[in-house]
Amino acid sequence: MSGSLGRAAAAAATALLRRGRGSGSALRAPGVRAAGSGGSGSSEHLDALVKKDKVVVFLKGTPEQPQCGFSNAVVQILRLHGVRDYAAYNVLDDPQLRQGIKDYSNWPTIPQVYLNGEFVGGCDILLQMHQNGDLVEELKKLGIRSALLDETKDQDSK
Amino acid sequence: MELSAEYLREKLQRDLEAEHVEVEDTTPNRCAASFRVLVVSAKFEGKPLLQRHRLVNTCLAEELLHIHAFEQKTLTPEQWAREQQK
Repeated sequence: MSGSLGRAAAAAATALLRRGRGSGSALRAPGVRAAGSGGSGSSEHLDALVKKDKVVVFLKGTPEQPQCGFSNAVVQILRLHGVRDYAAYNVLDDPQLRQGIKDYSNWPTIPQVYLNGEFVGGCDILLQMHQNGDLVEELKKLGIRSALLDETKDQDSK
Repeated sequence: MELSAEYLREKLQRDLEAEHVEVEDTTPNRCAASFRVLVVSAKFEGKPLLQRHRLVNTCLAEELLHIHAFEQKTLTPEQWAREQQK
């Protein structure tokens, strides 16, 4: 990607943010990372993004304000498992990111979930993994203990 | 290229040699062309979820460019039989 294309995309993204799209300002909220500027849709950039954190999700909207039912489902499932520290990238703020991640994953829709740098799938798959216990196992492999394992315990210990 | 539930159903059935296919047009609930599909095929046997979904995505690659929201459920004939007994 050429530098000028990157700058134009960054300017567009900044303009979107300034227009005050509610969830845009939540980019700095806990757990939500900025996708960065310049070549944000490039495979090198995305490769770094998905490997930077154990749990990475690409959403429409933010965990605080999902803008789509499927993205919300992903957020809720992660919340159920007590996964609080994850990277969430809002594709609505960045058209380059939105298209780039679809090309990178070779997957046509958002949301997209990455665990340990590996593409896991979208909302359907995450939901099935949640229902059949696979998600608890995958989180365990990442050293994340699912909150669902502790559900019956420590109701009164904080 | 058509974007009707029937068209999708036939294509999935043909390309994935499916035993059973259901396609629901969920467009009324969303802002643009949206579908929910159920595909039962022996081709899914031994394949993890992601691979199964990619098979479906590949089958409908052209159509998905014009579909806004897409949900899919992929079962082997055995899983389907079990589900129906519930």
